[in-house]
Amino acid sequence: MALTIASREVDGVTVLDLSGRITLGEGSVQLRDAIRDLISKGQTKILLNLGDVNYIDSSGLGELVSAYTTARNQGATLKLLKLTKKVHDLLQLTKLYTVFDITDDEASAIASFK
Amino acid sequence: MNAPLPGRRSFELSSTMESVCEIEAAAEKMAEEAGLSEDERFHVTMAVREAAVNAVLHGNEYDPGRKIGVGIENTGKSLVFTIADQGSGFIPEEVPDPLAPENLMRGTGRGIFLIRQLMDEVHFRQLHPGTELTLVKHLGPDKKT
Repeated sequence: MALTIASREVDGVTVLDLSGRITLGEGSVQLRDAIRDLISKGQTKILLNLGDVNYIDSSGLGELVSAYTTARNQGATLKLLKLTKKVHDLLQLTKLYTVFDITDDEASAIASFK
Repeated sequence: MNAPLPGRRSFELSSTMESVCEIEAAAEKMAEEAGLSEDERFHVTMAVREAAVNAVLHGNEYDPGRKIGVGIENTGKSLVFTIADQGSGFIPEEVPDPLAPENLMRGTGRGIFLIRQLMDEVHFRQLHPGTELTLVKHLGPDKKT
């Protein structure tokens, strides 16, 4: 299943609800474009909801890192919400779990941007 | 050339992302038929996909004149996958450690690391030209997960 991205605003935070796969050719570019679009519009608080991301490969992991650094370099903050077990395990394995700010509860995640 | 062993499938694919999906689907089917757990199936499928991506993208560089050679086999003790490209080859020992602090924030370079982490055995063979990766997932008590 290809990646779908839905965007919504909650208390000044842009939440991107991602669903499907983030892999080379099946979502990495979509995610990159979505992040760049938000940042170009001046959005500085971005929450990626990965609760429905059922598959991610090394390209997808790299895209998450790139999204994080792109946001940071532009003065924005990017956080992750609701990891599936597969994504959680891969972030642990690659030590990226320590890089991201990750929360399971959306309300807490939104509040953490204030 | 020897005839394929019973249960062993060999095939050749073009250097496209469609081929990657085909190899991934074949690995998933074999892992499922072998009765692996959901986690193990994910590990096998992901490792095989990473190897296929490397072969198509880095090995053959999407060159339509170069093929990907694939072998999949359930030996009864292990699942064995071979994926070969016809590229210029690479030295696996020279692949930077993606866990090193200076590499942690790189957007690429995690594929070989993940393959090694997710499979029980990984072997590299230089083909001149090309590289063959053999990925092994044990089915018995020797398995990693």
